Amino acid sequence: MTVESVDAAPVVLSGRRICKSFNGVQVLFSVDFDLRAGEVHALMGENGAGKSTLVKVLSGFEQPTSGEILLDGKPIVLPSNGGAEALGIVIIHQEFNLADHLTVTESLFLGREVTHFGILDRKFMRAETRRVLDMLGSHIDENALINTLSVADKQMVEIAKAISRDARVVFMDEPTAVLSRDETAILFEQVRRLRDKGTSFVFVSHKLDEVMEITDRVTVLRDGQWIKTAPTAILDGESIAQLMVGRELSSLYPKKVEPDVDEAVVLSVSGLTTGYVRDASFDLRKGEVLGFSGLIGSGRTELMEAIAGLRARVSGDVTINGEHAPSGDVHTANRLGLAYMTKDRKGKGLLLRSDMATNLTLQSLERHVSHGYLSPASEAQALAKARRRFDIRVRDASIVAGRMSGGNQQKLLLAKVMETEPQIIIIDEPTRGIDVGTKQQIYHFISALARDGRSIIVVSSEMPEVIGLCTRVAVMREGRIVGVLEGDEISEQEIVRYAAGLKNKAA
Amino acid sequence: MDTSMNEETKGSRRRLWRDIDLRAVAPFAALILLLIVGALVNPNFIGITNLANVATRCAFIAIIAVGATFVISAGDLDLSVGSMVAFVASLMILLMNSGVIADPTLMLVAAVFLTVIVGALCGLANGLITTVGRIEPFIATLGTMGIFRGLTTWLSQGGAITLRSTEIQTIYRPAYFGSVFGVPVPILVILLVTAVAAFVLYRTRYGRHVVAVGSNSDVARYSGIAVNRVRAIAFVIQGLCVAIAVLLYVPRLGSTSATTGILWELQAITAVVVGGTALKGGAGRVWGTICGAFILELVGNIMLLSNFISEYLIGAIQGAIIIIAMLVQRSLVRKG
Repeated sequence: MTVESVDAAPVVLSGRRICKSFNGVQVLFSVDFDLRAGEVHALMGENGAGKSTLVKVLSGFEQPTSGEILLDGKPIVLPSNGGAEALGIVIIHQEFNLADHLTVTESLFLGREVTHFGILDRKFMRAETRRVLDMLGSHIDENALINTLSVADKQMVEIAKAISRDARVVFMDEPTAVLSRDETAILFEQVRRLRDKGTSFVFVSHKLDEVMEITDRVTVLRDGQWIKTAPTAILDGESIAQLMVGRELSSLYPKKVEPDVDEAVVLSVSGLTTGYVRDASFDLRKGEVLGFSGLIGSGRTELMEAIAGLRARVSGDVTINGEHAPSGDVHTANRLGLAYMTKDRKGKGLLLRSDMATNLTLQSLERHVSHGYLSPASEAQALAKARRRFDIRVRDASIVAGRMSGGNQQKLLLAKVMETEPQIIIIDEPTRGIDVGTKQQIYHFISALARDGRSIIVVSSEMPEVIGLCTRVAVMREGRIVGVLEGDEISEQEIVRYAAGLKNKAA
Repeated sequence: MDTSMNEETKGSRRRLWRDIDLRAVAPFAALILLLIVGALVNPNFIGITNLANVATRCAFIAIIAVGATFVISAGDLDLSVGSMVAFVASLMILLMNSGVIADPTLMLVAAVFLTVIVGALCGLANGLITTVGRIEPFIATLGTMGIFRGLTTWLSQGGAITLRSTEIQTIYRPAYFGSVFGVPVPILVILLVTAVAAFVLYRTRYGRHVVAVGSNSDVARYSGIAVNRVRAIAFVIQGLCVAIAVLLYVPRLGSTSATTGILWELQAITAVVVGGTALKGGAGRVWGTICGAFILELVGNIMLLSNFISEYLIGAIQGAIIIIAMLVQRSLVRKG
């Protein structure tokens, strides 16, 4: 329990002894939470700790199994399915809630269009949208269609939507996961401005540095239980991480193992050009962990997809283990031992409505075919093995992928890719939206694979990750590889210099 | 460790009842309900003769619907099957009438081959237009629906195409009217086609690929699956099923016209949806489809045998069934 200090601002929204069960599985155990007027309150915990569930309960999207919710000190049953917006409680979803074929203005006013005698007042709505976007320092065109926007811009529209509703309480579930540093800075500036005017924020994030920067108080959940609520000022990143995991985090990153200089080159890319990527060349050695850093939109994913045969090349050569891999041919690339693990695990990685076994073997079904038909026993065996190897922790083996936590999904996706037994693995954003504990596990998997003699490319927007894992780091900017760093050169400052265009070393 | 073990055992107990997928069971429950209603309406209904008749009559739609299960599971739609039946059947009869082969048995064998090949080619055409031509399957097959229908009308010059050779008719008749060990041939064909289809959909790599493509074609593509090939083959399977339906249809009437197979595409899609396959793709239920086709035919049969609803309302009732089936499906999804 927190001790209320005398000068603390009044509590706006609070939950008392909140319990929540799904199908008999308890997810929240008597959790207490209170949110004061004009504070930014971080909600932290590993994947599956119950953060998202608590957010849903406090915003009316789920009703608690027991316990009560108080708004301004009075018990209330929050209206479901977004009805709480009328009470000033707004949630910015982790998955976007935007219709592709509407314009930015239409999205902002969706469901509360301004009309005059039943006719839409488009001019007013456009002006209002412009005003909110300008306030956010965003240059998004208010008439642009949602499907023409980048992921970061979509996030900005979601934020603008929440702000334009004069919210009293804003829940933000990983709002910065897809934002660049500059965009994050602008978002934080707006959060501070609104906070000073009395708006309260609940900030769910895995990024410790951001939590330290923006929040006033922190609440940590672990395994559905309330662990601690404390002012951010008296905590540091290390202590929060320990509270979340419940044990000491010895080292997040395993020891780097540098491959011998005379190890064979397993992947060679020369002069690769696509619609956006220009003239990219690099080599990858056996047992090497090569990082790809750069800003969002610098062409890393395009380059990797072109190498993996998922995207056509305009020109350039890709050689895998000495054999030529044709453009746009995933099958040959897979056969030669190269596998690409997408960063979009929900959209491109996993069949969310299918169970784990179906997902696991999808890319390697030929291993489970005997006399022309699939053997469920063989698939079940592969699943049991993968669950052990990658520590996929689920309560029910027949669960569909869409109901698993982000960390387990990511492990399942990694297991799926590894089922093809690739020698070269390209991992795009290996730890997006997953908790510290799982992150550490994935880092150790990557390191173990490299020690095993496999070669790995890590594409990541999280700089500590690239620095902590890779023995060599390529930096991309505007579709080009602008620098390759080795050894002691690998540092945050140096990467930023290349990524921002201050330094340029033609690769 | 202790608590996680507990959760494991709890989980497995819960799985027992969760394993029963209500959506898979629903069509069969509806079928049993219909049988009870039918028995109450008219005691003759529940007789084996009547039920065998119903099953025989639903053969065409059932077999076509099995093919449609593949197309719909892969996330596509084929509206051309009704006119494809008319077109393929017309070509088959025209070949048999042409007399290029004197021996009636050989002629029949040749005609069967032609039917299967033409059916597969019609399906392939649909598949290539949607995948290589990148045209929405709804529009692409709406186009071929018109083309097949128009070609049939042109071939028949607006009238009927009738099988002239009585010798062939005599040899061919048992394919629809015959029975093996007392079971009518069409029922055997339904069972055989469904069994093969269920095997392909549930137990082969291709079947798994169909479901993956229908669930999320991006995931399929990133998993190294040749998405367009999977979709095109589903259309070919649909064409083959149409050909098999034609092989049963021709000996029944020995004649086709411009109105053969009209609205069969709707009945086939209804059977698939009533059977529990999701129209947006990703989950195919072959046995459910057969059950759906049987339900449609049963409803008509009950209406004929009862006195209180006019049989002219059959179309309206079938339309209502598809809407009710969707509503039931959705409410079951919510519970799960």
